[in-house]
This record gives sequence, C-alpha cells and structure tokens, in this order.
Amino acid sequence: MSSSPAKRPQNLRRHQYWRRNLQILGILLSIWFLVSFGCGILFSESLDEIPLGGFPLGFWFAQQGAIYVFVLLIVVYVILMNALDRAFDVDEKEQR
Amino acid sequence: MTVQAWTFVLVGLSFALYIGVAILARARSTGEFYVASSQVPAVLNGMATAADWMSAASFISMAGLISFMGRDGAVYLMGWTGGYVLLALLLAPYLRKFGKFTVPDFVGDRYASQTARMVAIVCAIFVSFTYVVGQMRGVGIVFSQFLGVGIVQGVLIGMGIVFFYAVLGGMKGITYTQVAQYCVLIFAYMVPAIYISIMITGHAIPQLGFGGNVDGGNGAALLQTLDELSEKLGFGAYTERRLGKLDMFAITLALMVGTAGLPHVIVRFYTVKKVAAARSSAGWALLFIALLYTTAPAVAVFARTNLLQAVDDQPYASVPSWFKSWESTGLIQFDDKNGDGKIRYVGDATENELTIDRDIMVLANPEIANLPNWVVGLVAAGGLAAALSTAAGLLLVISTSIAHDLFKRGLKPNISERGELITARCAAAVAVIVAGYFGINPPGYVAEVVAFAFGLAAASFFPAILLGIFSKRVNKYGAVTGMVVGILFTAIYIVYFRFIEPGKNSREHWLFGISPKGIGTVGMVLNFVIALTISRFTPPPPEPIQRLIEEIRIPRGAGEGHEVDA
Repeated sequence: MSSSPAKRPQNLRRHQYWRRNLQILGILLSIWFLVSFGCGILFSESLDEIPLGGFPLGFWFAQQGAIYVFVLLIVVYVILMNALDRAFDVDEKEQR
Repeated sequence: MTVQAWTFVLVGLSFALYIGVAILARARSTGEFYVASSQVPAVLNGMATAADWMSAASFISMAGLISFMGRDGAVYLMGWTGGYVLLALLLAPYLRKFGKFTVPDFVGDRYASQTARMVAIVCAIFVSFTYVVGQMRGVGIVFSQFLGVGIVQGVLIGMGIVFFYAVLGGMKGITYTQVAQYCVLIFAYMVPAIYISIMITGHAIPQLGFGGNVDGGNGAALLQTLDELSEKLGFGAYTERRLGKLDMFAITLALMVGTAGLPHVIVRFYTVKKVAAARSSAGWALLFIALLYTTAPAVAVFARTNLLQAVDDQPYASVPSWFKSWESTGLIQFDDKNGDGKIRYVGDATENELTIDRDIMVLANPEIANLPNWVVGLVAAGGLAAALSTAAGLLLVISTSIAHDLFKRGLKPNISERGELITARCAAAVAVIVAGYFGINPPGYVAEVVAFAFGLAAASFFPAILLGIFSKRVNKYGAVTGMVVGILFTAIYIVYFRFIEPGKNSREHWLFGISPKGIGTVGMVLNFVIALTISRFTPPPPEPIQRLIEEIRIPRGAGEGHEVDA
C-alpha cells in the first residue's frame, strides 16, 4: 500500500467510494424487487393480459424471466464494481 | 443393455471419477481443509457452489412439486435463485474481504461477543444437520429404486463415499469433486428434458418449448392445452395463482433470504482468491443454477401434460408399462372407487381414484417418454451427484463449526494445527454416521424440517451479517437480541402450527395469512427492527470494530483465508 499522506483526504475518498457502492446497490436491488416481487407476484396477473409467444407475460416472469434478470443483475454488478474499484484505486493488485 | 446394467455402469463410473478427484485434491492443512487455501478459480467455485446448493430436492423433487403447484411453483423458482443476487451484492464480497473461515467467525468478531458466536454456531449446526439428513435419505431412495439394493445398503454406500472424500479431502477435495458432480447432474437433467421438449413441441430448447405448441409445434399452445385439460378435470387452470398474494410474497422472500443466509453456501465464497472473484463467482454460480431452474418449470409442464393425457379416463387394463412398474413401488396408487375399470384422475378428492407421488415426475419422465435405457441410468447418476455433493458441503460446515468455531475459537484456543485437523476429521466422521442413522430411520417430517432451516437462516444469520457490514452503529446487544428473538419467533410459530396444533394450520389461523413456510420473513423483519432499536439506546461498537468495518468495505488487501487478525 502507498504511504498514506494526510488521513482526511483518504477517508473522504473511501466515503465517496462507499456512497457510490450504495447507489449501485440501490438501483440493482430495485430492479431485483421489481422483476420478482413486482412482475412475478404483485401485478403478475395484470401482465398476463399481454402474451409473450405462448406465455402469459406475468406467468413467464414468475417462472422464467425473473431468473434471467437475476443473472444479468449480477453480471452488471460485477462490471460496475470492478470499474468503481479501479476509479477509486481500491482494486486488488495481482496476488503474489 | 438393460436399464439396471446401464445404471450400474454410469453410477459406477461417476463414483470412480469422484474418488479419483478426491485423492488428487486432498487437504493437508486447516487452511486447505476449511477454505481450500482460498485458491479456487471463480468459474470452478461457481460450479462447485451450484452443485453444493442443488440438492436431491432440486434434482428429484422440484419439477414434480411445480407440476402439482402450477403457477405457485414460482415461489421455489424465484426464491431459490433470487437469494444469489442478495448474496452477490450484499454479503459475498465483504465476507471474502473479512477473510476468516466461517459464518460464526464473522458474527463473533464483528460483534466482539462470544455469546453471538455461540448463537451462530448452534444455528449453523442445526441448519446443516436438518439438511444433511434429507440428502442421505435421497441417496437411499435413488439406490433402492434404480439399483434394487434396499434403502439401508443404499445409505451405507452413500455414507462410505461421502466419508471418504469429505473427511480426507476437506474443502479442497470437496470443491473439485463438486465440479465433477455439477457436470454429471446438469447433463443428466438436460438430456431427458431436451428429448421430451422435442417430442412434445419440436423445440430442442426446453425453455422455448415451454411456450411452444403441442403436436411437435403444429397444435395449440402448450400452456393453453394444459390449462384447459386441468380445468376440465377440476384442478383449476395451471397458470392460475392459488396461494394468497401476501403469503406468496412472504414465502418467496423467506426462501431468498434463507438462501443467502445458509452457512454451507456462504462459506463457498471464502474459497476464492479475491474480493472481485467472490462477486463474479456468485454470478457463475447463479448462471449454472439457472440452467437447471429455468428447465425445471418446463419439465413440470411437459410431465403434467403427458401424465394427464396418458391416464385421463383410460381403462386401467391398458395403461402403459411405466404405470405398472411405478405402481409396484407404491408411488402410484389406483383405487377404482366407482368400479368402472377406468382411471378417474380429478381435483375432487372424493371422486379421485389416482394418487401420484410428486417425486416420480422427474425419475419416471424418461420412461413415460420412452427414452433409451442409458438415459434412465443417467438420471440415477445425476440424482446421486446432486445428493452427495450437497451432503459433503453440509458435513464440512458441521465439522468446521465443531473443530474451528467451538474448539479453536471457543473451548480450547491453544489447540495445535494438527490437533484441529484431527478434530475436524473426527467431527466429519461422527456427522456422517449420525446423518446416516437418520437417513435410515428418518424422522417423519424431513420435508418440514428443511423448511424450518430456511426460516431460521433467514431470521437469524442474514440480518446479523447484513447489519454487521452496512451499519457501524449496530452493536452486540442489538445483534444478539435480534438473532435470538428472530429465531425464537420463527421456531415457535413453525412448531406451533406443524407439531402442536396441526389442525389449525390453515389460512384463517395464520398471522396475516402467512403460512409457516413464509414466517421467516416476519422473523427477519423483527430481527432487523430489534437490532436497530436496541443498538440506538446502547453504546456504539468500540474503535477497533469500527476500523474492521471500514476495512471490509474496501476490496484491496484481501489475503488468503487466515487465522489471526490482519
């Protein structure tokens, strides 16, 4: 690790990093909630009016779509966080 | 070759593979035994996590369960996958940075409290034991049905195999064996699913065939056909919701949060090299799990349609051969109530003449669809892979909890590395024997107890770990009280409705209409509220703990899983 100069600026950077992290979490978890509990349960039946191929849309979300979105959410999270780690210089160096 | 010959060959080959892998990857130190020296690549860890997570229940029972639940089956599909989003975003990277061996390690250190550690140890052992019993039972069933060796011998063979590679190999051996087991189980699941999808809908991809048309793609929509058929027989439309909305919400959330709080899943994220790898490996795990979990509801619909068409109003004398062979195992029962010699399979219980065990939907599928004999043998090998991989992961958590958390960090801190490793192996051996005993003499309520485990994990670990990372204000008083109240509330509610007053176990008696399966959600909310409230009125955690929290929030500096504070 680099010899930290004054403690304050470093703390501020860490604080900013954490805030950005929380923002990313907030957005991704909102989508997580929307596709599963929203489209899959709460307003699932209203979505059924819309057909998706041979599926009623709400049923498709509950038994297929939500799972696909879950996988995508983690992929997006990994990409965003790796970029954030590098931007704030807190990423992990290659292991010895 | 006959079905039985194929089964022996395929099961034998897969066992030889597991043992070979276990010998090559056996553990030599506590670091290797507990967390494979934190050297497992993210993709392989994802595969191992998927095999660890998908048990006999996922492989054998889930599609059948869904085919009888219809739309409501979504609680399992979403509940058992959505938890990985929580795990990846909220827990895995931070626990990897924390970098010790177990969940009680984190709870004990973060809250600087032996009481918290002890509560966590008891929960981890209880949750894992209830699970492992179910797995051993699954091993016994597969052995007895496909190899005709009797449940007792089946469980003993399974115990021998698990004992060999969990006790010798530790986490390192288990991880690489689980990678092999994932490959076996997903292949065994997909092959019959693809066959059946092509036969019914003409689509090679079951996920698309699910929304396709019957008669090889030329008839009406499959789901519509099934809805009409189900309604005609009085079961109600397949795509219709039967659970209460709030109950469905609560069950799904309890399963998601329970998944994220299960110790044998969490511990897998201690085995990767870096924080970034913990994140991506959760993604790989979910991708590998999603492959099976998006196929299962398709299999459920294919199997249900096949079944209704095969038996509805057919003369009993002309049923296909698979019907008779499963009838002899008692898993299909026919009682000709009106004496007309025809099978009446209807929703009305007083008129219904056919009882079908939901477990056979996956196991009998290849026979119902007339697939070649080797596919039937493959399904047996896949079911065993699913049961053994999960059992091994759970046994490791039990042995780690006893050797590391209870002895090393609790009762006997000056135990040597060698002594700890021996203790861990003995604990794993004892756990195999106890699990085997319960596998042979199961308590009559294994399925209920597993639901219990999810509720407890949701109501105890998840809030304690989450608050430990995301709040600097929550202290040991809040966390311990929260965990204890969360567990007690959930446990009492389940015990009351399942065991004390089973007659009252119906919607009008439930709290807010939430069934015991979903009550972990309420326990979790209670835990959060209590932990936050009590912490507000008691002193904040001391300075070193504040620094620890700062540290785990930043990825840089995560080393190998280690013993002493960094």
